[in-house]
Parts: sequence; C-alpha cells; structure tokens
Amino acid sequence: MPAVQETIDTVKAIDVDQYKYGFVTDIESEKGAKGLSEETVRFLSAKKNEPEWMTEWRLDALRRFQQMEEPSWARVSYPKIDFDDLYYWASPKSVEGPKSLDEVDPELLATYAKLGIPLAEQEILAGVEPKNRVAVDAVFDSVSVVTTFKEELKKAGVIFCSISEALREYPDLVKKFLGTVVPVTDNYYATLNSAVFSDGSFVYIPEGVRCPMELSTYFRINEQNTGQFERTLIIADKGSYVSYLEGCTAPQRDENQLHAAVVELIALDDAEIKYSTVQNWFPGDKDGKGGIYNFVTKRGDCRGKNSKISWTQVETGSAITWKYPSCILRGDNSRGEFYSIAVSNGHQQIDSGTKMIHLGKNTSSRVISKGISAGKSENTYRGLISAHRKASNARNFTQCDSLLIGQECGAHTVPYIESKNASAQFEHEATTSKISDDQMFYCLQRGLSEEEAVALIVNGFVKDVIQQLPMEFAVEAQKLISISLEGSVG
Amino acid sequence: MLEIKNLHARIAEDETEILRGVNLTVNAGEVHAIMGPNGSGKSTLSYILAGKDDYEVTEGEVLFNGENMLEMEPDERAAAGMFLAFQYPIEIPGVATMEFLKTAMNAQRKARGEDTLSIPDFMKRVKEAASHLNVSMDMLKRPLNVGFSGGEKKRAEILQMSLLEPKLCVLDETDSGLDIDALRIVSEGVNKLRGPDRAMVVITHYQRLLDHIVPDVVHVLSKGRIVKTGDKDLALELEKNGYADYIDTAA
Repeated sequence: MPAVQETIDTVKAIDVDQYKYGFVTDIESEKGAKGLSEETVRFLSAKKNEPEWMTEWRLDALRRFQQMEEPSWARVSYPKIDFDDLYYWASPKSVEGPKSLDEVDPELLATYAKLGIPLAEQEILAGVEPKNRVAVDAVFDSVSVVTTFKEELKKAGVIFCSISEALREYPDLVKKFLGTVVPVTDNYYATLNSAVFSDGSFVYIPEGVRCPMELSTYFRINEQNTGQFERTLIIADKGSYVSYLEGCTAPQRDENQLHAAVVELIALDDAEIKYSTVQNWFPGDKDGKGGIYNFVTKRGDCRGKNSKISWTQVETGSAITWKYPSCILRGDNSRGEFYSIAVSNGHQQIDSGTKMIHLGKNTSSRVISKGISAGKSENTYRGLISAHRKASNARNFTQCDSLLIGQECGAHTVPYIESKNASAQFEHEATTSKISDDQMFYCLQRGLSEEEAVALIVNGFVKDVIQQLPMEFAVEAQKLISISLEGSVG
Repeated sequence: MLEIKNLHARIAEDETEILRGVNLTVNAGEVHAIMGPNGSGKSTLSYILAGKDDYEVTEGEVLFNGENMLEMEPDERAAAGMFLAFQYPIEIPGVATMEFLKTAMNAQRKARGEDTLSIPDFMKRVKEAASHLNVSMDMLKRPLNVGFSGGEKKRAEILQMSLLEPKLCVLDETDSGLDIDALRIVSEGVNKLRGPDRAMVVITHYQRLLDHIVPDVVHVLSKGRIVKTGDKDLALELEKNGYADYIDTAA
C-alpha cells in the first residue's frame, strides 16, 4: 500500500529482528488505548476532527463487525487474530525509526541496492529519522517535484489528497460516494476497516478531464503515516481518465502485522480508471516467522455507460494475501479488466483473484492471472465471473496460468462461473506448468546462472501482464519478481 | 583441448552403466566425428561433457584446456567455452529468441569479467550471424524453439553457437529432423566456425552429415567404448557395412 509514506517514520523490523537491531519504542505514551470498542472509535474519529456523520458511520460499522464471524473459506491458515490486542490509533510521531542506515537490517539494504534505489530514498524507505538523513538535498528535491506536481493537478481541477483531508475539505463528495461500492457490511475485514480506517487517498477527476499525469502514492511521500487500515476512494466523473499507481517495489516492513485496506473506484459515463499495484510487504523470515497479513477489499464500480476499470497487480510480499480486486459492470457497454502476477516463495500463502459481475448490457471483461509458486508456499487463484439475468451479450475471457518451482509448493485454481443469461459467452483457460530440469539445463548450458535462468523463464511466463503496467513500473516489477524468487532453486 | 581419459559413467537414478572406459583426445583445430548404433552412449557422452546431473561419473577424468571439467558447473563450462548443440532443443515460452541470445551472451561475458554488450553491437552481431543461417527477424522475435520446425530449431542452435563463439563445440545429432536444404544451411553454418582455435565433436548416426562437415578423425562408439578410430573413409565403410562388425568386437 502507499507504502512509501507509510514507512517514512514507521518502518521497523518485525518480531525476530526487534532486539537485534534495537528498535525500541515507548508505546504507551503515544498510542491510543488497546482494543476495539466504541471508545476507541470515538477517540480515533475525534483525533481526526471528523464530522459527526462520519463518527456515526464508523460506529455503525463497529456494531456490525461485532456480530460477524471471521471467514474461513480462503485457502490460508494463520493463528487467530486478537482484535482486542491491537492499537487502532497511533500518533505519527510515536514510532522511533533507526538513527541511520547503519542500524537497518543489512539484508534489507542489500535488496535496495539490487533494485538500484538511490541512497536518499533508501533512508526514507527504511524509516531513518528525517533529522538524521544524510542526503537532505535529494529529499528536498522530491519535495519540489511534489509541489510542481500538485500545482499542475490543481490547474486541471483534479483533487488528490488524503482521505482525512477530503473529509474536512470535500465532505459532500466523500459522503456521496464512500461505502457505495464496498458497503459497510460487505465482509469481515471491510467492516473492520469501515470502523477504524486510519487514512488513505482520495481522488476526484472532474468531468471530461484526462488526468495530466499518473497519480502515484509516491507523491504523498511527505504526508502522514496512513497506518494499517487504509481507505482509498477514487471517483472518475463523466468522460474522465486517471491512472493510479499504488505501492512500490522496495521491500517494506511495518510494525503492524495485520493490514485490512479498502479501495473503492467509481467510473461514471465514459470514464476510465486504471489502477496498478505493486505489493511487497515483508513476507516473513525463512522459517515463516513474522510477515504481514494482508486482507484487502478492492472493488471498482463501472457505474456509467461505456465506462472501464482495469486492475493490474504484482503481488510479491506479505505472509498472507487475501485479495480480490473486482469490477461491477453496471453501465451498459462497460468493461472490466484484471491482470495479475502473484509470486509466492518461502512460507507465503496467497489466495487472490477477482470478481467480474456483469449487470449491464453488452458488458465485457478480461482476466489474466499468472501465479508463480516456489519454496513451501501455497498460491490460489479464486475468481467469480457472473452474468445477471439482464446482462445480455456479456462476454468474459479468463486465462489462469500457474508455474511451479520446486517440489514443495502448491498452486490451486478455483474458478466460479455463474450465468443467468443465455446470451452470455464466458471462456476459461487454465494451465499449470513447472520449470523443467531440461529447461534449466538448457539455459545453464548457454552460460546463464541458475538464478538468471529462473528469472528469464519466469519473466517469459508473466510477460502478458507486465505489458499492462506503466513503463517505469514494468521494469522495476520484473526486477522485483527475480529478487523474490532468489534462492528458490538449487 | 579436450582430453577424456578412461571415462566410466552411469545413469544416476538406476545405476545403469553407459560409458565403460572412453578415451578421446581432440586438439584445437580438429573436427572429430563420433558414430555408433543406438544406445552406444553417444548422447550420454555429450551430456556428461555439458554437465547434466542425471549421470554419475564413476571413474576417469575429463580435461578441458588442462582443467578438470567434471568439477565445473554447467554454466561455468559454458563460460569457459564449451557449447552443446542439443539433439532436441528445449522450448522457452514467452522468451523471444533475441532476448535469450542477449541474456546468454551477456551472462557468459559477465562470468569472464567482460563488459555487457551495447545494444547496437549486439544487434550487429545477431544480424550478421542470422543472415548466414537464413534466420529471419520474425523468427528472432518468436519465443525460443516454441512452434519452431525441426529445421528452425537446429538453425537456432547453430545461431547460438556462432554468437557465443565457443572453443569446443559438441553437436549432438544435429542432422536429425533436417531435410536436404536445411542440412546444407546448417552444415555451412558449422563449417564457417571451423578454425585453428576451435575443436568440434560431431555426433551422428549417418554418414550423410559428414559429406557436408568433413571430419579429420572418425571414431566408432559401441557399448560405451571407442572400438575403432580412423579417417573420414571409416565413415564411408560404416555406411556400407553397418555397425554389425563393431557390435561383435565390443561384446
């Protein structure tokens, strides 16, 4: 998730590394009370100066949450989460970062180096305290970039700010759209998020505007820490276009093990939203200890006719990923797309896929999913394609490919297809393959090292999806995939 | 350049003995042909030289320019200049032939401590080598060996061989699956690479390849041992009389 800014002050080693690298935090004085209760929610809402309707909205969600059961249908297993043992509000200053890069886990730094991240940026990512950062100028450079960037957006009439700011500055817009794609009671984690969401992004593209640049969470780098329950709302008004990039390829550590985000996209008539994600949260150590639990609800609503929403995701991190970016194809002639690369290694568990809900006439959707499992990981594609009674001429094409590396991993494909309209045409193709010993030997004979060979074969496998990513993201994503699979052979 | 001394080897999985004391010396500038009936160990020998781990060497040694080759990893052997043209080239889906060539060339350069090729330099080399082998731009853009015809696969092997500029080339039944025209193109490609600093071992069943790639020395391999060595006329004799005589000798 927005990631970069989230880690500015908070990146800390988890669990096993805490003592080793000496990240000690005086918790009690800077955080709200532990536990999930009406008081917690009121405290949180008051701290953020939210309007009263928002507080009520949250409280309603909390009451619903308390009556819900944690879902167990996904193919993931983890110890039960004690929601009363978590903090739901933390002052952005409450977490002390490392004093300099010398105090940061050398393995993390080695990965930054491999990704070619400049030193100044490494310090931000690793959460080195601002006053201790060496290359201050470089950081200030990016601040000036941000300023120019904001001015240009303002000229175009685009609103791009944190959701807390939007609640203060544009309460009517937020009220009109918040929770209309992912209702408060949608699912366990979304309901939890509705009650206690910390912060996130808000984007509004006015009618007929083509957003002049790709919006990236990177440009919110100097804003506050968004916390573990992120909420994003993007509205593309009639005839507008926006491309939004979330996350970053650098590995991110976070003190919070549980992440439950909600992302809502709304495309009105003739509007298009392209949403790209690279997720690389800490996946746990080699024994599967630590690691982020990522339970995300992402959904786009093609509310207007001829609208289009496209999700592209590269998932390489987290111990547990539970995530189904979906499209509701409500408007006639609307189109939904889902392109996904999910890489699991070590002890990671991924249960991810999409839902394409065809409601309007002549709607179409396309799903390309590439799962790569290595180590002892489990990787599941779970998808639903459905056509409503009135969704005449609905079209879907789905392709799910799985690649296995090694003997101890698993790949699973669970497609659901429901059609209530006789004119719907749904196609599903699936393959499972292994990197064969013969392929490895052939590449080695040509002089490639084992890691180069795996990277080459895997990049061939994911090519269709990589092509959907914005250029600068694509190159980084390829590198990231190779790094994620290091040590998976031999 | 290549010295094989009393090489014994078996299949790692079931311990079936395949090579039973192979002795072979190939000097720089020479082309040696190894002929023999099915199951004589020809392909096994080529795989062992390349370092495939399905086989276990139980006795003997292999020296490549004086170094113990059996202790090197397959990619180290490749960087040192050992190239195997596969009898059945492997498909690499999604990886354009051009991309594969670039990755392989740069991997070997990296292993030898040389600089990465610049894109224009790389393109120049590829275009030059491709034109001699009748390899089109379109073929270079297709994923390596995926959907290639038999002739295209073998031409792609020789293309890789000419771009990687190995010191020792082992060609495993490069003539299999080729029609007359393809055989001529591939052989011309191989002949172009003959030179005083390069050694070649050509493994084949049939004499017809040796009409195009004329060897300096011909060996007959039977039941895991070299049972006869001669000049190019030996191949012609085999063509006429078959392997029957040698199978008996070896038994």
